[in-house]
Amino acid sequence: MNIVAKAARALKAPSRDIVAEHGLSPEEYRRLVDAIGREPSLTELGIFSVMWSEHCSYKSSRVWLKKLPTQGPQVIQGPGENAGVVDIGDGHAAVFKMESHNHPSYIEPYQGAATGVGGIMRDVFTMGARPIANMNALRFGAPDHPKTRHLVAGVVSGIGDYGNCMGVPTVGGETNFDPRYNDNILVNAMTVGLVDAKRIFRSAAKGVGLPVVYVGSKTGRDGIHGATMASAEFDEASEEKRPTVQVGDPFTEKLLLEACLELMATDTIVAIQDMGAAGLTSSSVEMADKGGVGIELELARVPTREEGMTAYEMMLSESQERMLMVLKPGVEVQAERVFKKWGLDFAVIGYTTDTGRLVVRHAGAVEADIPLAALAQAAPVYERPWTPKTPPAALDPHDVPAPNSLLDCLEIMLDSPHLASRRWIWEQYDHMVMADTVQRPGGDAAVVRVHGTQKGLAISCDVTPRYCAADPREGAKQAVAECWRNLTAAGADPLAITDCLNFGNPERPEIMGEFVGAIEGMAEACAALSFPVVSGNVSLYNETNGAAIPPTPAVGGVGLIPDIAQMATIALKRDGNLLLLLGAEHGQLGQSLYTQIMLERSHGAPPPVDLDTERRTGDLVRNLIREGAVSAVHDVSDGGLLVAIAEMALAGNQGVTLETAPDHLPAHALWFGEDQARYVVEAAPDKADAIHKAAALAEVPIRLLGRVGGDAIAITGETPLPLKTLRAVHEDWLPRFMAHG
Amino acid sequence: MKTSVIVFPGSNCDRDAAVALEAATGHPPAMVWHGDAELPNSDLIVLPGGFSYGDYLRSGAMAAHSPVMREVVKRAKGGTPVLGICNGFQVLTEARLLPGVLMRNATLKFICKDVYLKVERSDSMFTHRYVLGEVVRFPVAHKDGSYFADEDTLDRLEGEGRVAFRYCEASGAVTEVGNPNGSSRNIAGIYNETGTVLGLMPHPERLADPALSGTDGAKMFASLVEALP
Repeated sequence: MNIVAKAARALKAPSRDIVAEHGLSPEEYRRLVDAIGREPSLTELGIFSVMWSEHCSYKSSRVWLKKLPTQGPQVIQGPGENAGVVDIGDGHAAVFKMESHNHPSYIEPYQGAATGVGGIMRDVFTMGARPIANMNALRFGAPDHPKTRHLVAGVVSGIGDYGNCMGVPTVGGETNFDPRYNDNILVNAMTVGLVDAKRIFRSAAKGVGLPVVYVGSKTGRDGIHGATMASAEFDEASEEKRPTVQVGDPFTEKLLLEACLELMATDTIVAIQDMGAAGLTSSSVEMADKGGVGIELELARVPTREEGMTAYEMMLSESQERMLMVLKPGVEVQAERVFKKWGLDFAVIGYTTDTGRLVVRHAGAVEADIPLAALAQAAPVYERPWTPKTPPAALDPHDVPAPNSLLDCLEIMLDSPHLASRRWIWEQYDHMVMADTVQRPGGDAAVVRVHGTQKGLAISCDVTPRYCAADPREGAKQAVAECWRNLTAAGADPLAITDCLNFGNPERPEIMGEFVGAIEGMAEACAALSFPVVSGNVSLYNETNGAAIPPTPAVGGVGLIPDIAQMATIALKRDGNLLLLLGAEHGQLGQSLYTQIMLERSHGAPPPVDLDTERRTGDLVRNLIREGAVSAVHDVSDGGLLVAIAEMALAGNQGVTLETAPDHLPAHALWFGEDQARYVVEAAPDKADAIHKAAALAEVPIRLLGRVGGDAIAITGETPLPLKTLRAVHEDWLPRFMAHG
Repeated sequence: MKTSVIVFPGSNCDRDAAVALEAATGHPPAMVWHGDAELPNSDLIVLPGGFSYGDYLRSGAMAAHSPVMREVVKRAKGGTPVLGICNGFQVLTEARLLPGVLMRNATLKFICKDVYLKVERSDSMFTHRYVLGEVVRFPVAHKDGSYFADEDTLDRLEGEGRVAFRYCEASGAVTEVGNPNGSSRNIAGIYNETGTVLGLMPHPERLADPALSGTDGAKMFASLVEALP
């Protein structure tokens, strides 16, 4: 019998309260006892509680995540590592992932968001990649909710300060306001990195007797039980969870990045894993488990910033900016020199073993001795009951009241929280550092150049939560399709996605039904568009007092532009050019912003996504961009056609005169319907014939929308809307909201 | 022409500066680590943007006391040209090579956007490829960029022709609207007494490449290449 078992027998078993405080159900506790054959010590209980938390174990989602397509000729590394990797040719690879930091950002918006950004960047540079772009997808509550302004200010400032200090450009993202996020905001952060395809680092610690090395910041008492906190609902007492939020230090992370990349250029590292959620526990367990070895740690060697930390606290701390590495034997001195140069802690804290066990010692005493199989493979997996959601019936556009003036309506919509310019946000992010941002925020996708080449990576984050709330399956399809479309509209070949699946409490069958529907919709769209999932994360329990967020499967996509000289932007270019619509018009007003803003209601089915049409239309548009046939491209999404045209006009500071719309549908349905698989393109008049022919060949409907010119948006029968007026309201909403209230 | 870029822990525009320098001179600059007391012979020393030492004290305050800065100060006083961009400008003021300080932006927020600058001198080694009074577009990206000095110092800077650039509107009007950070008298960059040290908050190296939607910054590097050996 080992020492821990003796100690455990001497102590009484953890009480039912202590088990419950660790977020384990009585059934899960019995499973734990069965797995190790005795009652656990407190440290062991802590280790199990984080490893078996929803956040780390994916116990509710795992069976469903297997349904997502993850393969493709471009995929170098799919889900299961710190980040996904796709081939971008010439020996380069793009490394990317998106992750949630929802719960901490609500409790402490600045640090919560900042450490979310820090964590996702670590995931990417752990793979050996230099981060080259950050993105984020943010969901806040209603603008008139008393907390919203405070949360927006804190989150934006936290994201900015972290990325700005790291010197990684934050190139875009998306932001929604919806009362259903009042008590559960979502902060999803994405990082894209660049790596030599032959020098990708992974986390499997293969080999026995190898040194386990701790580098980075010292360990403190911050963030203990962060993963468990992120695996439970909120209630009135959630404010008291502030101590579980970590504190970020972007300067140290910048040093850690440079030190890691410097060491990675040498042949010294066997495996590397960042200490994110569940810190030292999950990093050591995952490395050993993947490598098929055991691991022994001596915690007295862990650099700490506080006196008297217990084994329990050290194993569960989520102090930021730390990494665990397994090195080749004999290179410790060489490795230590690199980290000392960068002023970082470096400590050999243990060795890999052949026992298949995690053994944690602290100053001589064995604090934990657990078979890794019990922690990893014996983790609970649930097939939770679920009830499918019945989607609402489609909305007949003839039943939706028309506005008095289309242009007044446009002005009101662009002056709303849903469509107002996000400039106030992205001007707080350094989006140009690294001097490769060839397409800045505000377009369909951001584009960063692959340094030293003519290639570009297009990046976009998308999901339309109101669609997903009405019909999770169709909404999730739409999220994938819109991301694919945004990359296409920049001229990119979409490569792959990462996802952040944000939902409520999976123990409720209707929430689990939303999750299942979303997975099925995503899987269908990913397969049809050859757009596999290479990484991602699941964030459940986003609910407070039983009220859940709308299902929000955020999608972050990356595409490749072979030559940035052939990149498209949304900005209209030239007087006299034609404006054309590619794609069919059905006047879908269900769940549209038109009904939400103008009629203050969201009803009907969201616009259906026909993936075959989506692909055909996108491939046509991409070819037109590559052939130089079009001078501006914008996909049609939130707000519909007239909003898309207005955004193009504002971006290029060019007016448009629109033709009278066909009358087979009500005018407001044509101009504000959110039918999918559509793009607005600008073309010189002499290209029109070729575009019509190409569209006919691809069986994509085409309609002449109007002509570029002037300084207003003009529609027959209405007073033209000056761009100056439109720009003023569009740009003013967010700064005004943040300044006053 | 030999150039050096000083790299502090937390510098993050060092590569951007190196790319722009190499494009202009045809040679990669020496990247000099802050801990090095040795500084190679240089015709131009660049202090790049970033967050040296995290800027957890005053921006640039720690870097100003790093070993390499003693050598930079010595060279600057001996006449070696020094260009400090953004954090580099902050370091130059903290090292007393330039007067005044960079305070928190008037908006209290980080601001990243293109701004317009009026060229106040076109006879310096940094700016002779510009036309006097020309309006150029450079990006800014900073939280502590509000230039402040006492009235006497400001008068002296103006009187001695040491204001390099002023924030302005696209039209060239020097107004509050054109001032992104609340800088005194819209000052974006200043020279030392001899015109051999230039510090500025905007980033010329970020718009020195046609693929980045502007090349106004390239003329500064071209000016230096022409003026220096």
